[in-house]
Amino acid sequence: MTSSILSVPQARLEVLLADYRREVGRRRRQSLLVLAILAILMVIAGRFGEVDLNNLVDNISNFTSYFGRILPKLSIANFGADVADWYWNVAGWLKLLLDTILIAYLGTLIGAGAAFMMAFFAAADLAPSKALRWSIKRIFEFCRTVPDLVFALMFVSAFGLGPLAGILAIAIHTFGTLGKLFTEAVENIDMKPVEGVRSTGSRFVEMVRFGALPQVMSSFASYTLLRFEINVRSGSVVGMVGAGGIGQDLFVAIRKFYYSDVSAILLMIIVCVAVIDLVTERIRHRLSGQDKHG
Amino acid sequence: MSARRTMHLDDANAVLDRHRNLFNGTPLQRAAAFVAPLGIAGFAIFAVWWLAIPFSQIGPGLASLAKFIALMFPPSTGGHLHLLLKAMGETLAIAFLGTLIATVVAFPISFLAARNTSPHAGVRFAIRRGLDTIRGVDALIWALVFVGVVGLGPFAGILAIAVSDTGALGKLFSEAIESTEERARESVLANGGTGLLAVRFGLLPQVLPIIAGQILYYFESNVRSATIIGIVGAGGIGLQLSEQIRTYDFDQVAFAVIMILITVAIIDWISSKLRFAIIGRRAVV
Repeated sequence: MTSSILSVPQARLEVLLADYRREVGRRRRQSLLVLAILAILMVIAGRFGEVDLNNLVDNISNFTSYFGRILPKLSIANFGADVADWYWNVAGWLKLLLDTILIAYLGTLIGAGAAFMMAFFAAADLAPSKALRWSIKRIFEFCRTVPDLVFALMFVSAFGLGPLAGILAIAIHTFGTLGKLFTEAVENIDMKPVEGVRSTGSRFVEMVRFGALPQVMSSFASYTLLRFEINVRSGSVVGMVGAGGIGQDLFVAIRKFYYSDVSAILLMIIVCVAVIDLVTERIRHRLSGQDKHG
Repeated sequence: MSARRTMHLDDANAVLDRHRNLFNGTPLQRAAAFVAPLGIAGFAIFAVWWLAIPFSQIGPGLASLAKFIALMFPPSTGGHLHLLLKAMGETLAIAFLGTLIATVVAFPISFLAARNTSPHAGVRFAIRRGLDTIRGVDALIWALVFVGVVGLGPFAGILAIAVSDTGALGKLFSEAIESTEERARESVLANGGTGLLAVRFGLLPQVLPIIAGQILYYFESNVRSATIIGIVGAGGIGLQLSEQIRTYDFDQVAFAVIMILITVAIIDWISSKLRFAIIGRRAVV
């Protein structure tokens, strides 16, 4: 072995190789085990989920042709009139879209405000009382686990049809998710400023205001903006159960096979969400940039 | 107290002067700090006015809500426990298979959408926009569409979750790929490996733990969303839940909600254990 740059004796090399093979074999076995478990779960889930591939293959043409059907009939010769025909109800839909955005806005604002007030009591490093902390965490969990549509359905029964039910449903869900995120943000802060403020004999409120808040403000704002974007999307859905916004029209259009309406409304929602996504991303980048400087 | 410390404490103005820049924002910053809350509040007032929020309904609404909650106790199965259990199983199956299919589809696509592995900027742009579009449509709307394609039942739900998650996971995976260290890939290439080998040995080991964490996170969140798509007839416990709310069987609603809470808690617990085993105590976003 003159060409080899290895100067490991043969005996040692064999030991190392055996080690290597054992290690590789162990990992292979591990991967196989994971795959086997996944396969078993898949079969069980397939049973429960009534997966019927034949059904899918038979009907997949429905799916593709569905998109063919919802596409508007636009021709170059008559483009303006065709678009006007496609968006025959543009004024009404724009109003509903604005409704949706405002529902999401108010819901986010209420939910974030409530979560903001509770988060400091739920964070392990600041919480004044353990029992309080535990119960707030359970409340957060409850609010984000029960689907917002369930809340929306109940609120529609209680408050009547309209945006109020949607706002409250979104607010409660936002409260649950943001509460968790805010709490985690507070739990990750540097405790030195807090201790500094505490050492001056301050109360809880001052400790939070001057010790913790400056550290978490930008991430709170960033989470809230992200939630707002998500809420615009779910705001377009709560309308399906009558809780205001554009969802009602979309639901009717899908159910009654008003094909071109479906694409018109969907396009409006997608564009709206994309614009909000872009704007909030800008702001969030700014905020996180500020974070690094200060 | 040491002499040095005394001096500092006495000389508060000197300390203040040294950190003057912390107190004096630019006029623009000061204006922003003043205007931003006003703007937020102003927009909220506009929203309340525009939506014509009926404040008079809040009182009676809360009263009937309290009545609903009173009706919830004691929770009851309404005599069809096995139906609810089956629906819960369906919900889990929908979330599991939906996430699995989304992963299998999104994984190869994400390589085309990542800056460092995409064959062409045009391809990357097109795929990114496609994923954004898919993501822009809520899973519930996909469920409505798939109910029309494969009929009522959980299969429609699986496909809906699979499609809407393909958009989300594709984006997350491609971001994970973009944030990998290039050096590992380069060294495989420098040793004469092909591009495929470079991805297998230089890139995959870096992204797999992150991706696994994200998949588990999405599975958790899909268990939550699979509980509602039943409202449009796409399988799972949502159908029972919405029917019970519409028929004011609030004791059964309470039972179903408790079932969901327990199931989600168990799933969260298992998946967080798995996640920590895979990637350690690190946040997954």
